[in-house]
Amino acid sequence: MKPNKYMNPYLAGFLLGLVLLGTIYVTGRGLGASGAVKSVVLKAVVEVAPQHSANTPFIKSYNEEHPGGPLKDWLVFEVIGVVIGAFFSGVISNRVGIKLERGPNITNRTRIIAAIIGGALFGLGSQLGRGCTSGAALSGMAVMSFGGIITMLAIFGSGYAFAYFFRKLWLK
Amino acid sequence: MAPLVPYILSNEFNLIVALIAGIGFGFVLEQAGFSSTKKLVGLFYGYDFTVLKVFFTAGVTAMIGVLLFGQIGILDLSLIYINPTFLLSALAGGAIMGLGFIIGGFCPGTSVCAASIGKLDGLAFVFGSGLGVLAFVEGYPMFEKIYLAEAWGPVLINEKLGMSKIVFGFLLTAIAFIAFFLSRLIEKRVNNDQSELPKRRVYAYVSAVGFAFAVLIIIAIIPDSNSRLEAKINAALSQSNLTSVEVPADKLASEIVNNYYRINIIDIRTPEAFKVYHLPFAINIPIEKMSDRQWSKILDQKHKVNYFYADDQQIAKRGYLKAGFLGKAENYILIESSSEFKNLFSNLILPGPDASKKEVNTYNFRLKAATDIKMLINALKNSTEPVIVKTSKIKGGC
Repeated sequence: MKPNKYMNPYLAGFLLGLVLLGTIYVTGRGLGASGAVKSVVLKAVVEVAPQHSANTPFIKSYNEEHPGGPLKDWLVFEVIGVVIGAFFSGVISNRVGIKLERGPNITNRTRIIAAIIGGALFGLGSQLGRGCTSGAALSGMAVMSFGGIITMLAIFGSGYAFAYFFRKLWLK
Repeated sequence: MAPLVPYILSNEFNLIVALIAGIGFGFVLEQAGFSSTKKLVGLFYGYDFTVLKVFFTAGVTAMIGVLLFGQIGILDLSLIYINPTFLLSALAGGAIMGLGFIIGGFCPGTSVCAASIGKLDGLAFVFGSGLGVLAFVEGYPMFEKIYLAEAWGPVLINEKLGMSKIVFGFLLTAIAFIAFFLSRLIEKRVNNDQSELPKRRVYAYVSAVGFAFAVLIIIAIIPDSNSRLEAKINAALSQSNLTSVEVPADKLASEIVNNYYRINIIDIRTPEAFKVYHLPFAINIPIEKMSDRQWSKILDQKHKVNYFYADDQQIAKRGYLKAGFLGKAENYILIESSSEFKNLFSNLILPGPDASKKEVNTYNFRLKAATDIKMLINALKNSTEPVIVKTSKIKGGC
């Protein structure tokens, strides 16, 4: 079966805005993503190396803020929801399946390595910038946070600045 | 009044809300095409501006909604989470994220979406972002300086630009629509696309723009909940006669002595005036802070009777009326000002030999009340310290 067409971007944006607005209305906070990655990573570190994490100040202070354990975190539950929602959307639009998407001129291996490196940079940057495109940029814009909008401009500005150098990854 | 967490909904239930919000988030991101890295990076090469369109529309929609809810008074904007500004780390972190975006082709939220429908590159990106977070956690001492530099707190962009929220709302909405228009022109050029938008869609877009600005205009012209409340108080003040709820000092003193556990004495003056002198057992709720939700459990309950006082009778009346609009507690106004009350009970003058019986009775009553109140204060010393209610700020962020 052919995958269905994507939703009109403005309609999708409007719906996403309503989801965000509803979240702010109910919980007083916006959406996010990278924070969940942090929780999972910290959980893993604590499990694998308890001695080491007890000596790492960053993990210690995080654990003190999360008395129920790192996984009992708002964003962890939210991202579980993202997985469910995205999968459901993929099912109804015939887009579920093992696939690897890459630019026309690179190998699968290059694509995977680039994805891991890009992910690592994004993960690091999101911790330094206190949030990613969802938590800082999008949710920040909704509540007019100066920091959130600065982060957004920095993300997209830097994306455009580096786009030329990595065009071989994506273009013909 | 929202936000509903943690006062109306528990923190446990909040996690269910998180799950539901996440389902909506993931569903819309995937429907918009954000699970495809080609669509995402199209933004940076000009062939596909879906990211800009979805992202900006969502941001503007939510922003207008937040403004509207705040203005009509169903969402307390002072309680919602504002991402704090740390200028250097925001810029440096953003720059690193942008580089990660162009190399990896995703951002964290979209990579999770992609992985959820089986995209291996999405999964690789999620794995990579875990490594990046780990690098930050382990290398934190190295990043600490820049991470904590230039801490400005939760500043708002409209404050920084020196404009009101609604003006910034208009500005951002206008920028969004201009950006949408330009992105269409760029897409057409880059993709060599000569097609015109169907007429129906043009109408839809124009009406969406009109709708957004109409809502903004409504927000700009309707009075906010605070001024509506003030107007109600003014109207009530000129119409109603409040003598039936005015209570003289002697009556209040006997209530204190006999029923101290069933009354709240509420000082609606400034904290400074309260500090200088206040009635025994009084709590300080400055009149302009009365609508803060931490006080609703005093203004909106049926177990205790509230007595309001100020130094100005007109202000005391306003406080009484405001409390009536904010809750359903039983309220009264003290006729005397705080200094008059103090005078009546601490500067007692022994009546002369030719004083009437009534004067002697009053003297005896006040003398006894003053000693009783003193005894009560001593007896209840530990439990009468004003309870400082901590407003719980909502934590958020990515």
